[in-house]
Amino acid sequence: MHIDLKTVKIDPLRQTFANVADRIGSDKPASRYQEATLGLQPDANFHYRPTWDPAHELFDPARTAIGMKDWYAFKDPRQFYYANWTMTRARQQDAMESNFDFVESRGLAASLPEDLKSTALHLLLPLRHVAWGANMNNFSICAYGYGTAITAPSSFHAMDQLGIAQYLTRLGLLLAGPESLDIAKQAWLKLPEWQGLRSYIEDSFVLKDWFMLFTVQNFVLDGLLYPLVYDRIVDDHLAMRNGSAVAMLTAFMTEWYEETAKWVDAQIKTAAAESTANRDLLSEWTRTWRERAVSSLVPVVTGALGEQAQVASDEVLGQFNSRAAKLGLSV
Amino acid sequence: MSKVFIAFQANEDSRPVIEAILEDNPDAVSTTSPAMVKIDCKDRLVIRRESIESRIGRSFDLQEIQLNLITLTGHLDEDDDQLTLSWKR
Amino acid sequence: MDMEASKKKLGLKERYNHLTRGLGWETTYQPMEKVFPYTRYEGIKIHDWDKWEDPFRLTMDAYWKYQGEKEKKLYAIIDAFAQNNGHLGVSDARYINTLKLFIQGVSPLEYMAHRGFAHVGRQFDGVSARIACQMQSVDELRHAQTQMHTVSNYNKYYNGMHSWRHWHDRVWYLSVPKSFFDDAMSAGPFEFVVAISFAFEYVLTNLLFVPFMSGAAYNGDMATVTFGFSAQSDESRHMTLGLEIIKFILEQDPGNVPIVQRWLDKWFWRGYKVLTLVSMMMDYMLPKKVMSWKEAWEIYGEQNGGALFNDLARYGIRKPKGWEQASIEKDHLSHQAWSTFYNYGAAALFHTWTPTDGEKDWLSAKYPDTFDKLYRPRFEHWEQQAKEGKRFYNGTLPMLCTTCQIPMFFTEPTDPTKICYRESDYKGDKYHFCSDHCKDIFDYEPEKYVQSWLPVHQIYQGNCFNPGVDPTVPGFDPLRAVLDYYHTNFGRDNFDFEGSEDQKNFARWHGDDAGGA
Repeated sequence: MHIDLKTVKIDPLRQTFANVADRIGSDKPASRYQEATLGLQPDANFHYRPTWDPAHELFDPARTAIGMKDWYAFKDPRQFYYANWTMTRARQQDAMESNFDFVESRGLAASLPEDLKSTALHLLLPLRHVAWGANMNNFSICAYGYGTAITAPSSFHAMDQLGIAQYLTRLGLLLAGPESLDIAKQAWLKLPEWQGLRSYIEDSFVLKDWFMLFTVQNFVLDGLLYPLVYDRIVDDHLAMRNGSAVAMLTAFMTEWYEETAKWVDAQIKTAAAESTANRDLLSEWTRTWRERAVSSLVPVVTGALGEQAQVASDEVLGQFNSRAAKLGLSV
Repeated sequence: MSKVFIAFQANEDSRPVIEAILEDNPDAVSTTSPAMVKIDCKDRLVIRRESIESRIGRSFDLQEIQLNLITLTGHLDEDDDQLTLSWKR
Repeated sequence: MDMEASKKKLGLKERYNHLTRGLGWETTYQPMEKVFPYTRYEGIKIHDWDKWEDPFRLTMDAYWKYQGEKEKKLYAIIDAFAQNNGHLGVSDARYINTLKLFIQGVSPLEYMAHRGFAHVGRQFDGVSARIACQMQSVDELRHAQTQMHTVSNYNKYYNGMHSWRHWHDRVWYLSVPKSFFDDAMSAGPFEFVVAISFAFEYVLTNLLFVPFMSGAAYNGDMATVTFGFSAQSDESRHMTLGLEIIKFILEQDPGNVPIVQRWLDKWFWRGYKVLTLVSMMMDYMLPKKVMSWKEAWEIYGEQNGGALFNDLARYGIRKPKGWEQASIEKDHLSHQAWSTFYNYGAAALFHTWTPTDGEKDWLSAKYPDTFDKLYRPRFEHWEQQAKEGKRFYNGTLPMLCTTCQIPMFFTEPTDPTKICYRESDYKGDKYHFCSDHCKDIFDYEPEKYVQSWLPVHQIYQGNCFNPGVDPTVPGFDPLRAVLDYYHTNFGRDNFDFEGSEDQKNFARWHGDDAGGA
């Protein structure tokens, strides 16, 4: 087909969709993130009440005690939509695949000191159940939350947690074979040091307020667990004792936590800045669950850190508290 | 008689896959529509990893077919070496 | 490579089990019924969730790898399309109206599927079932977002797309797809997956995507065909999941069979009714046609669906109740639907037209038993009226079926000259239906369907005017007031294609004088 475009000037009639222009103005083109996010969720004239929750509409802002004038005030600093999320993760997965290959092909698993390997397995393998719990909770946030701005990244976050659970599984398969997974599951179910954490997670499963769940899971628990386990123990404690092979197999988790903490912070900060009522709620939730999280984590990391466990936890807690304060919470 | 089918985007990546299917399943018939090739076969259709590998000269993971897959029908069974679509189980 | 060797050692199936099933556990600090509170009230009995198989056995590493690669390819084409004014390469500006219907009616459903699968991806007790649903949840988000990004470029240059979000929740014909998905999502988790994964994805989406996307390719719309087929590659995973779900539920307990049969009867019909819109896209809205609705129905409905239901017969499942009627209607569906939209062209947010002579001949050839006898005369009559400057616009509002919410234009299965009306009484009110099957659906669950937000009822009740509008002032134009409430650009989004801004701009941008401007 021949099209002679030189002779005519083609001016757009509009820059973007109304649901996007309503929030960014109609005078400029929207970014991919904005078109993929702003106002995407239906918000009116739902036909039927859900049979599984007749007290609410299918999407209903009343499923949390947090209140927002505009639920699209939540922003993802990474500006993730499906394409750039999945392409980012594909790149990271490539690197992880090389790490797994490297550890395996150089026989690094076999050359890990036995006590260190055992410490790593005892600490890390039950954590795949913790990541799986985080996956469930983030799908709750996605399903029952309000507004694509926070629900869509929550689904990415949930899939990331599944990815983490699977990396930990592969770590177990590589370092010690399938039986190690069964042993770790028994530890998760039976050993006293894991029960605080398991009850924390099982109690979070039945929370109905999705923003509370966001706080309990993504802000409080992960905000303490990741720095403690991956920074303090894997990247620091184990690496210093010839265990950097383990750090290679959990490189994703370290990088991921650094990235996603920015997203989590932005959500908490936005909600807290909206009203005193929000801030009070978030502060209260944080205080309550923080105590539980710390007391659940200390026994878990004692295997690796011994007497240092309490000190390390206190330090991580101190950092967490200043992080919370910076976001506007009174903790 | 029940037919199973599978369809791929008509592009260079699909070509060896389609060739392999047509060779491994003598009853298979392919039809080309705009941008798409559909392969129908009576009762059962097999995609074999080795047949594809012999055409492309590198190792092939059967999950790669998902990149250009458009649709399929029938019960699917996949292992490392082959993917089978069938109505008879 | 060693990694390959160790993967081999474990085998795809065994490895997959460790990476999925192994993650879950029986909770004890909270009872399982409280952790998974929604999977018992529908009466479906599951004895062993581990019997659930994901045939693709996809784990996150492979998921990211392949999905990332698909997105890279897709966005390269979307970018190139926008940079080169690809929209001017389509066969004819009438084609663009299919995209309007798509973004108004279909893309919002992709979004709903995302949230719906997030819900069941959290709620199913079984780990691999949850994972499969979770992957589908993010896939569906992908579809909604890639569709936004593809149609974004068209929206810049053409009408009828700008307020899709607002429209989907309000406009009369869009309550058809909206109520379809709201119905599924407000049902229990098992009904939701049977409805969407099986009845919709497995039995019906081939009809939506395959011929339509092939049609997009044929009409020069490379951006749409790319998102369509790229989405379909996910759909083939979803379809496979759909079939697995149905087998799983049926095999778990004989008591599940009658429940599932009733859902299949209901959701086949609900889905088929939504496809009414697709039938007219294929037969009337694609300027260059790939196959007729009737042919598509025969291949993907009768042949493929037939094979499937033959296969399910061993569980005691029979074809859905509406099956025969759908086959009878294949000669009529698209013609009746397009005629209706032509009628209500002032209130539709895309353009309508009468088929050209060449298109009428194509329709005669594809529908030898019905088109010339029943439908050609109608279109010729309207064409004549339009030539005389009296283009027919129906200024009244149609009665809607309470269940599928489509205007009651369908004819009796035994008499294509007689409109089909059915009704039921419930708690002192009368409810109207387009068919026996829609009436059945209502009668089984009236407490659900009396909640329907029926757009025409809402208009008559005065709920669809902007705040401050006074319907009692002399000369009040209700249609105009409703279109204002819809946020319509009056005269630009609606009316006949002939004389539309889209038509003029497309011609002008092509340097074609006939378009004027």
